[in-house]
Amino acid sequence: MSPSSDSPGRRALRRLLRRPAAVFGLAVVATFVAIAVIAPLIAPFDPIATDWGAIRKAPGALHWFGTDENGRDMLARVMFGARASLSAGVISVAISIAVGLPLGLLAGFLGGWIDAIISRIADAMLACPFLILAIALAAFLGPSLSNAMIAIGISATPAFIRLTRGATLNAAVEDYVEAARAVGNPRWRIAVRHLLPNILPPIMVQATLAIAAAIIAEASLSFLGLGQQPPEPSWGSMLNSAQRFIEQAPWMALFPGAAIFLVVLGFNLLGDGLRDALDPRHR
Amino acid sequence: MLAFLARRLAQVLPTLAVVSVIVFSLQLLLPGDPALVLAGEDRDPKVLAEIRERYGLDQPVHVQYARWVWGVLHGDLGESMRVGVPVGELVMSKLPVTLQLGSMAFVIACAIGIPAGVLSAVKKDSVWDYLANALSLWGLSTPNFWLGIMLILLVSVQLGWLPPSGYVSPFEDWRQSLATTIMPAFVLGNSIAAVLMRHTRAAMLQALNQDYVRTARAKGLTEAVVVNKHALRNALVPVVTLGALELGALFSGAVLTEQVFTIPGFGKLVVDAVFNRDYLVVQGVVLVTATAYVMLNLLADVAYFLINPRLRQE
Repeated sequence: MSPSSDSPGRRALRRLLRRPAAVFGLAVVATFVAIAVIAPLIAPFDPIATDWGAIRKAPGALHWFGTDENGRDMLARVMFGARASLSAGVISVAISIAVGLPLGLLAGFLGGWIDAIISRIADAMLACPFLILAIALAAFLGPSLSNAMIAIGISATPAFIRLTRGATLNAAVEDYVEAARAVGNPRWRIAVRHLLPNILPPIMVQATLAIAAAIIAEASLSFLGLGQQPPEPSWGSMLNSAQRFIEQAPWMALFPGAAIFLVVLGFNLLGDGLRDALDPRHR
Repeated sequence: MLAFLARRLAQVLPTLAVVSVIVFSLQLLLPGDPALVLAGEDRDPKVLAEIRERYGLDQPVHVQYARWVWGVLHGDLGESMRVGVPVGELVMSKLPVTLQLGSMAFVIACAIGIPAGVLSAVKKDSVWDYLANALSLWGLSTPNFWLGIMLILLVSVQLGWLPPSGYVSPFEDWRQSLATTIMPAFVLGNSIAAVLMRHTRAAMLQALNQDYVRTARAKGLTEAVVVNKHALRNALVPVVTLGALELGALFSGAVLTEQVFTIPGFGKLVVDAVFNRDYLVVQGVVLVTATAYVMLNLLADVAYFLINPRLRQE
């Protein structure tokens, strides 16, 4: 296929795949997604089945990652924990985009008092430190994984409002928007059909990096007891119990923490790679 | 200067007003009757009625908000239901601990992040650049509570160098205070160092391409003088302002770090309040952190204005 017939998406994908760090990030993320999806098929044990004869067993041939304070297999719990972490990352960012993107588009495209109101709300939310706002929201909503996702999603929304608003303001003065206006397109059509596809690349980059932040936030909330509730596995809540047995069973802290680190690193590398591939300013 | 301050204050005041609406609205998220939550175990209708009257819960929402804001403006954030102490007093008693931890973390973050960013930019595409970038990725991807737990295991349990938890005020024993706070401060500063490194690298790369750096080199100045006296001084201006934005991350990180190291600061206060269902304390902490964040950003803007001659001349 000649380069001229390439779509911008394909060109961006090719640029992304030329970056070893981004490819590594993509591979790490893909591996964790695969583990999360097929966890019931590949996990060596039931992640919530207790075994009082195998309490805090060190890693070995039977339990590769050792066992926890209730004799549960750590490998199975890390595998199933990927489900909570990845779904929290993706769902909370989806909430942020679902709320932040239309609001940012409205603010940037319509301007005036609508922009003023939306921007002040975003500024005020950005003034509340991300995790403290998420903790407060999770505390008032009640501790559970779904409430943690809502809390993280709401807390991360203002970043998407600001980004979309800024991208819309930049794109709104472009010739193709003028042209769309000149041929008599209604405003909603200009926003949805012409502006939106052109402001998506920076939002995709931000979304990838926001998933990394959301995974850390979910682990933080679960670590504090405000996310996934026991006995269901989550990397954050596993670290919470691990803290009490750090001297006797350090493996309880090592593996869930390493899993968070790896998956967050994967999303960060992928996000950096996407930014280089999609955003002309960073090329 | 006055016009600049007035302009910035005109932006800050509406933001703080919306912050107050958000913080007040948190209590509307409570499922069911807030009086039942405030009463705890006590379900006596008399007690419930008294609570409703005392906190104005029998009034319409806008009246409740107006009463609450009036109280806040007069320094009254309500009273902790668990310890019976005014929330403002409670917050102020914990704030110095978190400020000590936060300022130490910020110094550590600057001490790691800025030199790493400078080295990375000066030796662009060298092994030092890759190492500094790896360091920043490590900082951005490591959850600080995990780093804290692993450091306790290594430094306190295995090596026995530092105490694993607790806090001693510097006014009681500064050596012991340093011993109890240095590890949590490092943990807290780790991710901020990563962000500062990225900002410094970007600002230095830009500065090193400027004409005045070329002129300084053409004058025959040594590379060390060019980098430190010419490029770094100018590159630090945006780094300082962008660094101020990390104060929010510092507050957020303090919640987890204080929990891991059992430090009785601001972060521990909010977590304990959450589990004690002491909602007025939670609201108070969110309001105080948001206000502090807005005001510190205002100060950073003023500092930026003062150190940037081009803005002053406008």
